[in-house]
Amino acid sequence: MKPAPFDYVRAESIPHALEALAGAGADADGDASILAGGQTLMPLLALRMATPSVIIDINRIEALAGVSRVAGHNGSGATRIGATTRQNHVLANELVKAHVPALAKATAFVGHHQTRNRGTLGGSVSLGEPAAEYPAIALTLDAVIEAHSSEGIRRIDALDFYLGAYSTALLPDELVVAVEYPDWPADSVTIVHEVTRRAGDFALVGLICQLAIAEGKVSRAAIGWFGMGATPMRSLAAEKALKGVSLGDIDPRAVAELAISETEPLEDKHATAHYRRSVGTKLFTRLLSAAVAERQKP
Amino acid sequence: MTLHRIEIEVDGDVIAAEVEGRLTLGDFLRDRAGRTGVHLGCEHGVCGACTISFNGDAVRSCLMLAVQADGARIGTIQGLAEADGTLHPVQAAMQAEYGLQCGFCTPGVVMTLASVLEAEKTPSEERLRDVLSGHLCRCTGYQGMLRAAKSLAIQAQTAAGDA
Repeated sequence: MKPAPFDYVRAESIPHALEALAGAGADADGDASILAGGQTLMPLLALRMATPSVIIDINRIEALAGVSRVAGHNGSGATRIGATTRQNHVLANELVKAHVPALAKATAFVGHHQTRNRGTLGGSVSLGEPAAEYPAIALTLDAVIEAHSSEGIRRIDALDFYLGAYSTALLPDELVVAVEYPDWPADSVTIVHEVTRRAGDFALVGLICQLAIAEGKVSRAAIGWFGMGATPMRSLAAEKALKGVSLGDIDPRAVAELAISETEPLEDKHATAHYRRSVGTKLFTRLLSAAVAERQKP
Repeated sequence: MTLHRIEIEVDGDVIAAEVEGRLTLGDFLRDRAGRTGVHLGCEHGVCGACTISFNGDAVRSCLMLAVQADGARIGTIQGLAEADGTLHPVQAAMQAEYGLQCGFCTPGVVMTLASVLEAEKTPSEERLRDVLSGHLCRCTGYQGMLRAAKSLAIQAQTAAGDA
């Protein structure tokens, strides 16, 4: 349970980190890993499932941490979260609570208090664990992932980011610098829930649903899942079906069944695909019914 | 192999050393700093036995490299009690409420509770259950730990009420 030897580079700035990344790529057997919070990488190193030749530690780069408000792409605002912002800081941040409530709710499910003190938002988003909360939140809320390399800056839509389990559109010489979450109307309905065997485990079934409501109708819907496929999943057909529907006319069971039909859950020793679909359908039906009822209260 | 020179404050002592990049903070504390009270259980972030205070926050010492802690202030179970042996309130409460049996997970549990109670003073039972979920205990169970933590939260609440 000891990591294999590697070279350790403490990056002092973003350019320094990018230079180290580019340098590692130029090396024939170069295999660099970025060390952010380390709450996934360190176990992989200990188990020797990862044996990088270079570790680039980005924890001391001050410019990578913090939450700010920025202009969004459609005229509204967005919340920008630096890659090394600790998960417990995301959890406690007032801007996140006010503008990205789904992220705040999801963070309470991420790991444990002790791992959230080190674990970062950017680390989880860029790793792309299909049963983790952060990749699914980014996907569901149409977040934009900003990646830097020595070649320049790319802004990648989360919809284009997750290619497979732990496989993302990030290139080997790119570093995730920040993730931006576009604003939703402040009175949107936000549902985030997951089913796990123990607190802090990866989700067997994880659900995110956000509904913008205007004049009693759904003006916009976003539905996402984690633990329900090889990547985080979106239920785009169910979102479309909800759009324009009056709250009183929503059939939660039908919405949940349609949404679940768009997922591709895998089988493993913890749960069959059938179980995941069944739990996901019941969970979504129950939470959507409750959220709609709550919103319709006079 | 490159060695990195680090200086870490451990329980108030400044310890300088040259370490390999791959040395974990947990191994450093046990083997190089004499803090064998830091218990390594799973060594991959699951069990919580190795939890220490890193600049005041409870973190798993097996999930950090020693070189990352250069310049940091580390607290371990061995620095909690007073020099004359007087137990830290969390240690005393764990003893009073039978919060331990074999003692393997205990240093980590105590470090988490000390950090959370210091920062939050009067955490709710729900919050205490949440932070204790970051630890595995295979003998006593968690009820004694929870009683110990609740007794301290209640004491803090009473003290705040009296002030």
